[in-house]
Amino acid sequence: MSHLTTAHVLDVAVRQLRAGSGEKIVFLHGASGLPQWNPFFEALTQNYDVMVPEHPGFGASVAPKTLRNIADMAMYYLDYLDAHGEGGVHLIGHSLGGWIAAEIACRNSSRIKSLTLMAPAGVRVKGVSIGDNFIWSIEETIQNLVVDQALAEAMLSRVPTEEEADLLIANRFMATKLGWEPRWLNPALENWLHRIKLPTQIIWGDTDRLFPAAYGERWRMLIANSKLTILERCGHLPHVEYPLVTAQTIISFLNGAAK
Amino acid sequence: MKFACFTLMPYRPLDMAERNKHRSAWVMLPNSLYDPQKGADEYDSYINQLVYAEKLGFDIIAVNEHHQTAYGMMPAPNLIASALIQRTTTCKIAVLGRALPLVNNPMTIAEEFAMLDTLSRGRLIAGFVRGIGTEYHAMGINPAFSHERYLEAHDMIVQAWTRPGPFEFEGEHYNNRYVNLWPRPYQTPHPPIWVPSQGSSETIRWAAAPEHKYPFLVTFAAQDLVVRYLNMYRDQAKEFGYEASGEQLGWAAPIYVAETEERARAEAKAGAESLFNDYLYNPWEMLLPPGYMSVSSMKATIKMRKALGSRPRTHTIDSLMESGTVIVGTPKTVREQIAKVRDQTGVDNLVSMLQFGVMSDELALRNMELFASEVMPHLR
Repeated sequence: MSHLTTAHVLDVAVRQLRAGSGEKIVFLHGASGLPQWNPFFEALTQNYDVMVPEHPGFGASVAPKTLRNIADMAMYYLDYLDAHGEGGVHLIGHSLGGWIAAEIACRNSSRIKSLTLMAPAGVRVKGVSIGDNFIWSIEETIQNLVVDQALAEAMLSRVPTEEEADLLIANRFMATKLGWEPRWLNPALENWLHRIKLPTQIIWGDTDRLFPAAYGERWRMLIANSKLTILERCGHLPHVEYPLVTAQTIISFLNGAAK
Repeated sequence: MKFACFTLMPYRPLDMAERNKHRSAWVMLPNSLYDPQKGADEYDSYINQLVYAEKLGFDIIAVNEHHQTAYGMMPAPNLIASALIQRTTTCKIAVLGRALPLVNNPMTIAEEFAMLDTLSRGRLIAGFVRGIGTEYHAMGINPAFSHERYLEAHDMIVQAWTRPGPFEFEGEHYNNRYVNLWPRPYQTPHPPIWVPSQGSSETIRWAAAPEHKYPFLVTFAAQDLVVRYLNMYRDQAKEFGYEASGEQLGWAAPIYVAETEERARAEAKAGAESLFNDYLYNPWEMLLPPGYMSVSSMKATIKMRKALGSRPRTHTIDSLMESGTVIVGTPKTVREQIAKVRDQTGVDNLVSMLQFGVMSDELALRNMELFASEVMPHLR
């Protein structure tokens, strides 16, 4: 069980899921918005104080006009860490959230103890095209994001309430601001990833149809001493498709290299 | 009323069986389906039609911009406008319009329009649009900033046309240390600006504002919506404290005229159905990318669509005629339909699309001639 709380940064109030106790984990979500609390998060709470803030502009929060791109989001989260990261945090980011996490860590990692990037956006492997989640229909998107098509069907069969549907529109709007062009990419980011000296683990599904697994190898090369873990028969949502395996992969890393 | 002859320049030799294997005739339709020889023939046909329109007495000939699509072969409408200027002498040439947010420096649009205005000695009408959602997929421009870029590009272009240069333009999306147009526009203060739109209330309010008073052109809508949007403009003008003139209102529609109702319906059928079902249709994700509309407009649009329960690509000539999206009939019934909308709204500009979809040159020319001789004079 998580508590729905509110985090205030820069005059923006965003929703934040929080549970557990111990060292702090901050999980930065992907483009589809504040995640469902599931066994992945539950497993992490056994030993950690897990905070899952909603990005400003997502959900019902109104992003200030000053938050227009990924660099702005990184600066926003540096303020967030000043406000909520006392004592340092283990930073985990998925997809869009992974990109933001890497941008933060390049700028200032003084409040970050370790970095876990799950299929992050932000870097390109020339010649290896990524999927186009902006042109895919909702059905195609879900089918392409997970390998297990029974899971895809279950996800699609759940009809969102009107309120949830409204939030999804807002999420897509904000994700578009951040990732449309260049598509899910900051061309300069790879020039600065050498600044990340944190214990870093990169997690990728071997059958990610949005960001192919070749991108994982690229990230491993760009961040010195980082560790790449490839999950088999897994798509773009490791924490949804394999919640316990993914949580265990992160916990082992935090107990080992990141200690 | 004033009459424009407008064409989208659709690529008619399209293999429809192949087209139907793809989600849209836009962006994702492989250009291996395009034949350059046939494309050249298409340009000849359409340019000849527009040049002929001047001889038939149309006040305006008009083109527009779309990208990566068989729906219209004019990614650069100013090139066509330039060719039309050389082959005509008196009619206005309307570019309806250039999609402002798609360029990274609107100076190029200010410059090109100034050149066309000069080349034509003041015959240019400059349309300012955002482009439909697909253009943002085609051109890689972020739809979430489409509105902001449109407004800012507009400011930059109008200033470039009217303020003595050089001056500096300082914007959010566009910045230019030196704005100093050579040549300046031929018309004073600048060519008329028209705003074609599908009827968003934000656009209508902006176009009607006293500092703009830009003619607003409703494109491709059912007749009740045409009436509603044009009267929204009138109401906005009243709110701003003035009465909108008919010249500030325009309506663009496919029109087909023949000697009998049956013949008109039969001859317009393939053109109208292919236009709406095969060329124009786009799935939701392509037509309305996130941010293209405000979140609140998007929510309203989704709700309206759900309520209508519309199934894609099922338009028929009868459903299109019934809603008044296309105007098809004898000269008498076509005159009556147009007069009805004119009487309900005071609209003064009719942008007639007399070739549409797969319609042949032969039918298009006959349609133009009949429209010019039997419809236009009665509504002037």
